[in-house]
Amino acid sequence: MDLILSAIEILMRWDVALALLAGSVGGVLIGAIPGVGPAVAIAILLPATFSMDPIVGLTVLLGIYGSSMYGGAIPAILINTPGTAVNALTTYDGYPMTARGEPRRALSLAYSASFFGGVFSVICLILFAPVLAKVAPMFGSREIFLAALLGLLLVVVAHRGQALIAGALACFGIFLNTIGMEPVKYTQRYTFGQDFLGGGINLIVVVLGLFAISQAFVLLTDEDEKIRLTRLRGGMFQGLRELSRHPRVASVSAGFGVLMGMIPGVGEFTAQFMSYTYAQKTSKRPQDFGRGSSEGLIAAETANNAVPAAAMVPLLALGIPGEALTAMMLSVFYVHNVVPGPGLFQNDMDFVVALYLALLILNVLVLIFLLFATRSLIQVVRIPNRFLGVCILTLSFVGVYSLRNSATDCVMAAGFGLVGYILKRLSLPAVPIILGMVLGGIMEVKLRAAMARVKTPFDFIDRPVAFILFSIIILVLAMHLLRVLRDRKELKEAEWQTKTSSMSFGGLMWRRKNSFLKDRGKQVRARHAKLLRRLTDLF
Amino acid sequence: MTTERERRFPGPRRGQLIFALAFVALAALLLVLIGDQTAWVKKTKFFAQPRFWPAVALGGMVLMGGLHLYRMPWRRVTRFDLNETRRWGQALEYVLWFMAYVLLVPIIGYLPVTLVFVPLLTWRMGYRSPRMIWISIGFAIAVVLVFKGLLSVRIPGALLYEYLPGPLRSFAILYL
Repeated sequence: MDLILSAIEILMRWDVALALLAGSVGGVLIGAIPGVGPAVAIAILLPATFSMDPIVGLTVLLGIYGSSMYGGAIPAILINTPGTAVNALTTYDGYPMTARGEPRRALSLAYSASFFGGVFSVICLILFAPVLAKVAPMFGSREIFLAALLGLLLVVVAHRGQALIAGALACFGIFLNTIGMEPVKYTQRYTFGQDFLGGGINLIVVVLGLFAISQAFVLLTDEDEKIRLTRLRGGMFQGLRELSRHPRVASVSAGFGVLMGMIPGVGEFTAQFMSYTYAQKTSKRPQDFGRGSSEGLIAAETANNAVPAAAMVPLLALGIPGEALTAMMLSVFYVHNVVPGPGLFQNDMDFVVALYLALLILNVLVLIFLLFATRSLIQVVRIPNRFLGVCILTLSFVGVYSLRNSATDCVMAAGFGLVGYILKRLSLPAVPIILGMVLGGIMEVKLRAAMARVKTPFDFIDRPVAFILFSIIILVLAMHLLRVLRDRKELKEAEWQTKTSSMSFGGLMWRRKNSFLKDRGKQVRARHAKLLRRLTDLF
Repeated sequence: MTTERERRFPGPRRGQLIFALAFVALAALLLVLIGDQTAWVKKTKFFAQPRFWPAVALGGMVLMGGLHLYRMPWRRVTRFDLNETRRWGQALEYVLWFMAYVLLVPIIGYLPVTLVFVPLLTWRMGYRSPRMIWISIGFAIAVVLVFKGLLSVRIPGALLYEYLPGPLRSFAILYL
């Protein structure tokens, strides 16, 4: 109780209240505009938050992260375009509801489900915090190294069918982090004698390039979409009543969100997928899923909103971000010399609880705002795409230039913007680069510290937590390998089913030539000739 | 005819081969330079060597990038790949816009350059109606007021502001 009171004391400031309001309203707006995700907004706002107190800066960013998914549901339901990437599943059941004339019901249900998910996860984590405070000190250098390695591995294997290139891009991120002066032996690494590379490549420059500037390029080079909005009819409060009729689906989905959010590299998509599948399998009307099922909408929205609070757990308890947005938030901690990790949970538990309480208040603020302002808010989806591109490019300048007032940083950010643009065009992930940069730095420091006390390789995993983490790494690798083999087998089977010999004349000649020249071909022809002779001898 | 392998490839085909080739070539080039660009320090443990992590990263890039290239279902660059690279080149125009904006702000000033840059780029994007131009001007003013005036982000005063008379000069340096 004392802990909660001291956490409330931290939050009782006018600048925190303003940050909460700005974060919640700004997040909803950003989420509601298709093409501007929370990553773009957080990347742009990061340098501006450096001059604020850690609690104020983090509240703004956390507010945008937590409330953008509420806003993202609006275009997903009304125009079948997800506002943020994680709202893609909302379109499955949300848009069919709009199509049959129930947009208000869908929106109100989505808000209520999101609110439940958000509040459920925060309460879970506040209750869970004392346990975390006990577990976190068990993490020494080698455990943090293994946890970071596990996080990176999970991010890579989560990209099904693209694991190899995701791994290569994660390694690219690790490489970017090594550029510059090495801080222990003071040697230069890949600076090519250039002064501007001596200080290394700044994470924010890369983040702004890969997320904000690249998105501006995508929008600027694309066509505007024609949008037709549906008129809203009916009450906005019916969703709360409807949600109370599906407590099982809502709580299980929120549970999946909390669980998946805590595992680095897994996040919203897996949580949504699991909760949606669960809801469909246990529903009395599974045939409605994808055709405007309220249970489907509840499962998708509850799960994705339960993730932000849970995603803060690995960041706060171990200093390991699980995805791009928390990786950006890590830099706010570093700027203020607050090092998240086991120490934070032991010494500043009230700060951690204050962050969770801020997230709780934020959910309430967002719900109230949305219940009353949706009608005016939906107009933001009308902003033309290419004009949004102009706005993002203008705002990106503030983000990059205000960092160090360096034109070189801007050139680098523009370069990374181009890389991000190419990755987006090819549907390749940019997140592994960011996590590679952040986790690569953590792994380098922690491995060096850990190896100083290790004599044999087995000493590395002789502590229980290290051993468990190592076992999980092996398990993840084994499961990924099995999945690759299974995919390969399926591919072979599919190829055998559809395969026919080449119909080209060149291919036919090639096979004839092989048949004449290879020993096996000669044997087969000799056997056939023998059989033919026997056959002709009969007559 | 599209093969099963091609059908199962995640993402579009265009540009994939060129990107993978360029990525592996760059990674291999950087790996070749590792002896020149990193140091091997005597009396230092293997894992603490400054060369260790660049080697891990570049090794991973070459190995995994190479495997990705090897497992790609295409071996030839088609005209669709070349069209895609041309599309990547189109984005360079906006890089130039961005860099012009970056270079002009310290000389002319954040507010004046933003007031020209945003409407001009809006015009370039094909929004010619007076309404959109006024919206873009409003957006430009709002950005400068919020970030420089309200949030006080670090954007230094321009060279031109030095020529303004006394009180206006310090006001312009601080807020515009």
